[in-house]
Amino acid sequence: MSKVLKKGNEAIAIAAVMGGCEAFFGYPITPQNEIPEFLSHYMNEKGLVFVQAESEIAAINMVYGASGAGARAMTSSSSPGIALKQEGISYIAGAELPCVIVNVMRGGPGLGGIQPSQADYNQITRGGGNGDYNVISYAPENLQETVDIVRESFDIADEYRNPVMIAVDGLIGQMMESVTFDHEIPHRGPFPKEYATRGRQQTNHIITSLDLDPKKLEEHNQKLHEKYQLICEKEQRYELIGMDKAEVVIVAYGTMARICRSTIQILQKEGVHVGLIRPITLWPYPIKAFEAIPTSATCLVCCELSMGQMIDDVKIANEGRLPIHFFGRSGGMIPDPEDIATFIREVKR
Amino acid sequence: MSSIVYQKSKGLTDRSLSYCPGCTHGIIHKLVAEVLDELGVLDHSIGIASVGCSVMSYFFFNCDMQQAAHGRACAVATGVKRVRPNDVVFTYQGDGDLASIGLNETIHAANRGENITVIFVNNAIYGMTGGQMAPTTLLGQKTTTSPMGRTLALHGAPIHISELMATISLATYVERVSTHNPQHVKKAKASIKKAFQNQIDGKGFSIVEILSTCPVNWGMTPVNALKWMEENMVKVFPLGCFRDGPL
Repeated sequence: MSKVLKKGNEAIAIAAVMGGCEAFFGYPITPQNEIPEFLSHYMNEKGLVFVQAESEIAAINMVYGASGAGARAMTSSSSPGIALKQEGISYIAGAELPCVIVNVMRGGPGLGGIQPSQADYNQITRGGGNGDYNVISYAPENLQETVDIVRESFDIADEYRNPVMIAVDGLIGQMMESVTFDHEIPHRGPFPKEYATRGRQQTNHIITSLDLDPKKLEEHNQKLHEKYQLICEKEQRYELIGMDKAEVVIVAYGTMARICRSTIQILQKEGVHVGLIRPITLWPYPIKAFEAIPTSATCLVCCELSMGQMIDDVKIANEGRLPIHFFGRSGGMIPDPEDIATFIREVKR
Repeated sequence: MSSIVYQKSKGLTDRSLSYCPGCTHGIIHKLVAEVLDELGVLDHSIGIASVGCSVMSYFFFNCDMQQAAHGRACAVATGVKRVRPNDVVFTYQGDGDLASIGLNETIHAANRGENITVIFVNNAIYGMTGGQMAPTTLLGQKTTTSPMGRTLALHGAPIHISELMATISLATYVERVSTHNPQHVKKAKASIKKAFQNQIDGKGFSIVEILSTCPVNWGMTPVNALKWMEENMVKVFPLGCFRDGPL
């Protein structure tokens, strides 16, 4: 396996191509611009589709069209751009089309800032769009994990005919890290996509999210719900770190989890055992991970690069068993491992 | 001996149309369907239904269809056409969808020279939602959101889509037609056919604006609606070809 040094966004673009991306539609927004910049020349060279859309909204609707026509379609954006795409994401979920969306998160609300943030948790997991739908969402911790998930994401989207979002904070998008592309990743499929509008056969193909008959629409919602339950059973992903004898268990994802690894080492040297639950899927939320909390644990510490959004899911998963403390920074401020160690020392007291 | 002199186009399914009595959407559906059949492209056509009265056109056109979010038909069509360049891709949109919420998508699809056909049905009102003011509503026209009639001071003027599209260098074919009498229906069909033939020939973006009635929301009988369209709409929206060929 050969390691190369790559900027996060460029590595994401390469991984998307390796994952089988056939059509990319995007709109410029910081801090994700290297993704469309890379793909603009690569896709054209390979005879694949790249369109710089007139807006975030147009881009996601182009994804809808291309995916409905059977292509592996993708868009990327950052937080305020994802907000604009939510209508289209709802339509894609409603019409049961696969697609991949990369969200390189920045601070908010509104135009916010361009520094790393995890303040999109609610708009990723609760959906900014209308209706009962869910987006399969991954929040990798480093570039290698990001690349591997992006490569796998097109298969996952196809398997469930559902949007998949890979949410990384701006740090992962902008930082250069060593990464490998040549190892095998799990494959699913094949997916014949008989629903796609590729010219009619025996019957016409119709891609739609509309049903004016309440009974039929409820049946559609029940069908979607069953699919989401299946995803909840099969697709929860997480990592458990240092859970044996843990007195305190941190719950953190993405860059925040990476910082917390250092915090754990700092406290280990002081004889304090701290564990970490690291959600890799944000939806489905890895509730199963919380079954591994040892009896030695006296509290949970939820750490986020936001003012506290995932904490709601931590509370649901915890089911009132342990007290929960919250540590968060926002606006693009990145805490030092020592800051979190100090916080944990205080809550232990 | 008897012979068939007229029958329903193969380009239409057997579903009953959802349009109100006297509405000219039915005529326009027929024209598009006949053109697709006559050009022999039904088996590899993909239509994009929009939001509005024609939202369920995916049940009526006898080809593959995708239903788009409000105003996004030209973006969805772009996505389809880019991955299926050899298929015939068209949108079917009303004035609220195309000229208001979806104007950006329409202009930019034309400006990129997307090789698609846009069927733009202009009836100067929001029909599906119950008769609200549209960007194409005439001055003085009463709607549920301009109950005293549209005024320049309060609402601005009706927008002229064909004239606007004709300024875009890669909008290769722009024509406005009407459906107020059989002669103009025939002209409309010729225009629709040309717009599809252009796509088959790889000539790029074509848009046909078709003036259409809304008897229910205009508060008129179907016959009076046709007369009102001829006497009022055609004056504000002059018929004719605004562009034929690249600028």
